[in-house]
Amino acid sequence: MFQVRFHGRGGQGVVTAAELLAEAAFSEGRHAQAFPSFGSERMGAPVMSFCRIDDRPIRTHEPVTEPDALIIQDPTLLHQAELLAGLGREGYLLINSARSFDELGLDEFVTGYHRDRLLVVPASALALTHLGRPLPGAPLLGGFAALTGMVGLDSVVAAINGKFSGPVADGNAEAARAAFDFVADERKALTDA
Amino acid sequence: MLKQIEGSRAVAEAVAMCRPEVICAYPITPQTHIVEALSAMVKKGDLNAEFLNVESEFAALSVAIGASATGARAYTATASQGLLYMSEAVYNAAGLGLPIVMTVANRAIGAPINIWNDHSDAMSQRDAGWLQLYAETNQEALDLHIQAFKIAELLSVPVMVCMDGFLLTHASERADIPDPGQVDAFLPRYDPRQVLDPAEPVSIGAMVGPEAFTEVRYLAYERMQRALQVIPAIAAEFDAEFGRSSGGLVRPYRTDDAEIVVIALGSVLGTVKDTVDELRASGLPVGALGITTYRPFPAQAIREAINGANYQLVVLERALAPGTGGIVTADLRLALAGRHDLDIFTVVAGLGGRAVTSKSLRALLIKAAADELEPFTFLDLDTGLVEAELARMHATRRSGPTPENILRDLGITASRIG
Repeated sequence: MFQVRFHGRGGQGVVTAAELLAEAAFSEGRHAQAFPSFGSERMGAPVMSFCRIDDRPIRTHEPVTEPDALIIQDPTLLHQAELLAGLGREGYLLINSARSFDELGLDEFVTGYHRDRLLVVPASALALTHLGRPLPGAPLLGGFAALTGMVGLDSVVAAINGKFSGPVADGNAEAARAAFDFVADERKALTDA
Repeated sequence: MLKQIEGSRAVAEAVAMCRPEVICAYPITPQTHIVEALSAMVKKGDLNAEFLNVESEFAALSVAIGASATGARAYTATASQGLLYMSEAVYNAAGLGLPIVMTVANRAIGAPINIWNDHSDAMSQRDAGWLQLYAETNQEALDLHIQAFKIAELLSVPVMVCMDGFLLTHASERADIPDPGQVDAFLPRYDPRQVLDPAEPVSIGAMVGPEAFTEVRYLAYERMQRALQVIPAIAAEFDAEFGRSSGGLVRPYRTDDAEIVVIALGSVLGTVKDTVDELRASGLPVGALGITTYRPFPAQAIREAINGANYQLVVLERALAPGTGGIVTADLRLALAGRHDLDIFTVVAGLGGRAVTSKSLRALLIKAAADELEPFTFLDLDTGLVEAELARMHATRRSGPTPENILRDLGITASRIG
């Protein structure tokens, strides 16, 4: 089982992102489960969501405390002590930011992990370019596909097209593709280095 | 057809396929997505039903009662305080023998106000005369609704389908959505036993005095006993039509050679089963027994499932009965009266959204195996918080409101895992 935890703020599409990831995994014939953290749903408040992916039915309904991957939709949450809690040494981390881990104050944190599994991607900026709104969910999923290979980019795009339509679907899909390419290039650079 | 779908949405699709003629609802978290989806189907013309926005939960069920009495298939949904607010009508629907189906998206009851999941709401109405079915998964939630209409209408008894709020209602999971034609074949048109019809006028709801009240109540008891035969029969029919095992009375899991059996209702059973498998792998003989039908209480089926000797039974209570402790435990003790070889443990768990984790369950069952479990415990109780508040109350008379004191101790923030 592969477990993902999303952190963001109310209104950023944190729950939608987890649902889209589940949909993408489902379309590849896998079992998936997505659910929100059930907090008070206020605009701007810290929000979590979870997604599990497995080859067999998923029975548990407990929250994800030991994620295989963390997706941080809003880097202003990084000061929270528990934000990165439970990420194992083999884990993946994707942060929506235009800054480096050094600039984010995570230079110490990233040591000890597989360096090519931890990346930042300017998801809000990519969304602004392609969608016209700084909603980072779709590009982060594109980046997640490139980072982990857990789902294919085509499945992510198909899930986006299933949820949205017209220019919103097109913009989100474009942003996801751009983020996929960005992360793929970054990983290649890290692997070659 | 297989779909990746939110639990509420899956239930709405199942209810729509049952062709309810009247749907009335008053929104309350975490039930709202179900009736939202149904209202959208009615508005779009995909579902031919009267959808009534009412002014309260009391009105929601009262409208369902009126509709059902005229021979319409009626549906509503609620949770928590909403269920309490309609409580008088809950008893009336059962007393009148009207086969309404209602989803209860299980949620705690205040105060303190809490929107999260436990079973306090449905448990508070357990003896109102409704059947209560508890879903373990979203698939079972949608399947149970289809079965519920059939059971309700066969017996002329209302049915509550209980599904854990958020854990199921808001979870997107894989579900097999049946073909509408299959549901039509399984669920015949509603043929009411009693109906308000101007062509053949009758009154429903007569006042009944001491001369006959006991007999009317006895017949309610008898109907419940009959339900114990009907529920598994309908589950078998459902299996034959849809090729899936859903519903029924109880569900044993690896109980055959078990020495410790966890007994629970609802979605926590998934986490319990994972824990059972883990502990089995390490050699601990653990099993689980899911209670799908809680009312009527399936005493005989439980006796048959608990057929070995010297079991330790660990009952997970998702509601607290202050002053006695465990609600399910009390029923279980009655069902197993005379079985002096059994040790029964009550564990209050998962109140107000506190996550029941496999980690905590594992520790609990290892403790039980070592004969170290107390007869009555709270899972993951933060004793430090409790002690601090008790100390405050001891130190001064004007110690203030307990919930606020405890939140202050916690320095609570909005982001919490589990």
